[in-house]
Amino acid sequence: MSVTSVDKDLDNLTLTLIADFDAPAERVWQLWADPRQLERWWGPPTHPATMEQHELVPGGSVTYFMTGPDGARYYGWWRIEAVDPPSSLAFTDGFADADGAPSAELPTNAVRMQLTAHDGGTRMQLRSTFGTREQMEQVLNMGMAEGLELAVGQMDALLSSSTR
Amino acid sequence: MVVDELPAEVLDDLFHALADATRRDILRRCGREEPSVSRLAELYPMSFAAVQKHVAVLQRAGLVTKQRHGREQLVRTDPHAVRRARQALDELELTWRGRVDRMSGLLASDPDPDPEPRRGESRRTRGHER
Repeated sequence: MSVTSVDKDLDNLTLTLIADFDAPAERVWQLWADPRQLERWWGPPTHPATMEQHELVPGGSVTYFMTGPDGARYYGWWRIEAVDPPSSLAFTDGFADADGAPSAELPTNAVRMQLTAHDGGTRMQLRSTFGTREQMEQVLNMGMAEGLELAVGQMDALLSSSTR
Repeated sequence: MVVDELPAEVLDDLFHALADATRRDILRRCGREEPSVSRLAELYPMSFAAVQKHVAVLQRAGLVTKQRHGREQLVRTDPHAVRRARQALDELELTWRGRVDRMSGLLASDPDPDPEPRRGESRRTRGHER
């Protein structure tokens, strides 16, 4: 299991997750920086992501959609705040309407990702902060479906396919 | 799934209720015992009215129930409601655990792919330095 710790802070509306990978930081960074690799892990197996725009520069945008089993598309976007390859990335993550235009009504959250050398591999610290409590609840509501798709069986399959 | 059935307003009340240290303490206490509001007011360095307000917030979120017992109002934690809040956060955690697992899988199956150079990624690598 690569997730080392998870902290859920209700006061600061923050989820902090620490994961350790058996790979150098440059390699882990590619999972974020190469859109073809990013789309292999961002969406759950039932809702794979397709990255459209992918500009990891300050002020740049990432736009994508996830395709559900029935073919329905769910659009999302990131706005890049700061990027320092191969060690950190900060962006706002949001939802978009059917045309892919960022939605003002749907919630956003600030994601900070940091990679540091740790124990011969790479430690990823991921911090996801909700702007407001309302947004947190909205995301929780919307995230339910995705979370549910990740049945334990699927997770086990992924884990067993990783030989290390 | 229980959480999936919760309307947004209910979750709103739930997280508002839980986002305060005193209310979380009241919640823990009322899970162990069934104190009256006046007993709770003695335990915290605040006015009776303030404690009563906290209890009202918890009650509105469905986290505690109040029961009349003679002249007293006894407060009790509803374990089901607490469980629902926990589940909501667990779902969020699951989303990210799923992503991390897929990242691990990719790293293991493809330790050193040749990334396709794309516009906007010129700052991605710094040569081969560690």
